[in-house]
Amino acid sequence: MSNGGWTGTVLRVDLTTGRISKEPLNMDWAKSFVGGRGLAARYLYEEMDPAADALGPDNKMIFATGPMTGTNASTSSRYMVVTKGALTNAITTSNSGGHWGPELKFAGYDMLIVEGRAPVPSYISICDGDVRICSAEHLWGKTVWETDDIVREESGQHDTVVTCIGPAGENLVRFAAIVNDRHRAAGRSGVGAVMGSKNLKAIAVRGTGGVPIADPQKFMSAMWEMKSKLVEHPVTGEGLAAYGTAVLVNIINESGALPTNNHQVSQLEGADNISGETLADTRLVANKACFGCTIACGRVSQLPGEAQDKFTVTTRPHNWKIAVEGPEYENAWAMGADCGINDLDALIKANAMCNELGMDPISFGATLAAAMELYETGAVSDEQTGMPLNFGSGDALVAMTEKAAYREGFGDELAEGSKRMTAKFNRPEFFMGVRGQEFPAYDARAIQGMGLGYATSNRGACHLKSYTVAPEILGIPEKMDPAVTEGKAEITKIFQDATCTVDASGLCLFLTFGVGLDEIQPQLEAVTGISYTVPELLEVGERVWNIERMWNQRAGFSGKDDTLPKRLLEEPIPDGPTKGEVNRLGEMLPEYYEIRGWNAEGEPTQEKLASLGLA
Amino acid sequence: MAKSLRIIPEKCTGCMQCELACSWVQTGMFQPSRSLIRVNIFDEQASYAPYTCFQCDEAWCMTACPVNAISIDANTGAKVVGDANCVGCGLCTIACPFGTVFYNPDTQKAFKCDLCDGNPACAVACPTGAIEYTESESADWLGGWAEKVNESYLTSIEGGNAA
Repeated sequence: MSNGGWTGTVLRVDLTTGRISKEPLNMDWAKSFVGGRGLAARYLYEEMDPAADALGPDNKMIFATGPMTGTNASTSSRYMVVTKGALTNAITTSNSGGHWGPELKFAGYDMLIVEGRAPVPSYISICDGDVRICSAEHLWGKTVWETDDIVREESGQHDTVVTCIGPAGENLVRFAAIVNDRHRAAGRSGVGAVMGSKNLKAIAVRGTGGVPIADPQKFMSAMWEMKSKLVEHPVTGEGLAAYGTAVLVNIINESGALPTNNHQVSQLEGADNISGETLADTRLVANKACFGCTIACGRVSQLPGEAQDKFTVTTRPHNWKIAVEGPEYENAWAMGADCGINDLDALIKANAMCNELGMDPISFGATLAAAMELYETGAVSDEQTGMPLNFGSGDALVAMTEKAAYREGFGDELAEGSKRMTAKFNRPEFFMGVRGQEFPAYDARAIQGMGLGYATSNRGACHLKSYTVAPEILGIPEKMDPAVTEGKAEITKIFQDATCTVDASGLCLFLTFGVGLDEIQPQLEAVTGISYTVPELLEVGERVWNIERMWNQRAGFSGKDDTLPKRLLEEPIPDGPTKGEVNRLGEMLPEYYEIRGWNAEGEPTQEKLASLGLA
Repeated sequence: MAKSLRIIPEKCTGCMQCELACSWVQTGMFQPSRSLIRVNIFDEQASYAPYTCFQCDEAWCMTACPVNAISIDANTGAKVVGDANCVGCGLCTIACPFGTVFYNPDTQKAFKCDLCDGNPACAVACPTGAIEYTESESADWLGGWAEKVNESYLTSIEGGNAA
């Protein structure tokens, strides 16, 4: 039994019946899946039929913290939303920071499991042991920021933290996000649409309890050691701190790996205009940290007077004057480079609108990029789109952000995500993604390992499941050649497993630029009082990866889905330093299956499952 | 000269490490609701800054206490609540003009910043140097900060015509 880290209690809310219950955490599972992404996957695997409709009442949502969440270990802010994704129909694991996860912990819960569907718009109010389902009729239609204000006011407590959906989630936009602290999002795979389908507008939490530590002395020494390493590292101590994640714009562009114009080319002209350096010079007003974070990669920007009225959207004009978070690298890419746009003001505005309306800017931006290609190739007309959708148009970006969230006009097509949209207009080859989810900001033709990572990612294309950009481009921990396929199967497996472990711990993946499982292991051990070796922690990650894979098999996915769009496999990059490259997935995938202990069809073997305790 | 806590609001990122460190000192757990330093986040103004007891020269909490439970620590100059004497009436929490004396429902006593006997955990924990423990006459820096905030307020309501 543990005496630290976990609270030991799971909160369960059935929205159909209104039943609220508290149950002891399954400690056997907690030990072998740790928490967050891992533990939630174990519960979801046990409790839910993966074939259920993602937007139906039988889908479940698990909001899960890890044992490190809420401690003073650096980056201890994370919680995971684990559910069947509305965009992908696969298991999704959307991660968010801010203050909501720690607050759930302080209220006394490791996880919140939401089931069923509320008969009327509702929100869940949690104040320590007092949990209620409240009417949200008056909140339906409100933006994320309005909802945040109203729900906090209603709670009567200044310190209440709110996670909620905006109009996009209500309108079942396939890539709707769940947003906490106004600007922090469990962004991808349409978790916001799942919440909307349950008539659940918000979850407000206030917790006054504490997180105990099993071995304080050991913890403090390991915690300080990790913090000093993060300060000393050039990425976590300098790059991310000084320029935020958008420090990557110039680096990736110069590497010829910045997908541009819906992956037609891999460099953006004028990329520096949307870089972290330019942001810092021109629009930045503050750096902002999530709870417990000593890196503080969050950017806060503000449009100067002349830029406030630059675009056609004039609703809620107050919001163009205030300080807003972002842009980050991923949304600067998706709504910027992928749409051929190098106007920083358009990105600041569209990104803030995504937060305000509750949408994933990666999938939205990438879907708009696909729409722009549809438009420029004549597959959709001006009449259908309602306005010109040319690559490079900041005006189109800002206008379509709002239209997508409200499903107005052509926004209704965008709201389905690029896979469904391109199929409808008979150009499925314009869909740039895997398992229905759009690619993030790295061209897999220029970085071979990322192609394998995308193709095999359980939640669909994602940069946060095996970030081999670190070795292949940044040289962390050691430089690998991005153009070769050799060694990529092995590094991808290790990165996938280690990432699962970090995601299970409650810490942020970004700390892995500077430290690894060697630094996390003593902290986790001291927090929980349960001994883990580093190889055991890596095995925890492998166990999580395999249970997600099995969940997806039961949802109808197979090895056939471990693939990339034709553009990345067959159409060489036309220009730039990576000219002529395609992704050579076929050279990596069989080796990957073998290293994973899976058969030639990509199914985990009985031996592998038995060795992980999953048989 | 005594040392005092000096807060540099522009350096704060809102990470809450000070709250975590303080609550650890108070309770032996990570429990921000029991922290004696509090960070208020104002998103629209991009303002995040901790505040805690300024150890006023003219300490109203001491004046208000009916049982003389608050005394001055000889080494640090901190105004310290003596648990043995405190009856938990809460008058000091009302008297404090800055709202930095709190009532602890677990112990049923008042509690406030005691400068950790001269090594404040919040200043040690702050990763950006937004909290310093330095020698100065008193919390004089607060006046300058207040003037600055007041000026920006006047500017915003008078369209830049403030004196």
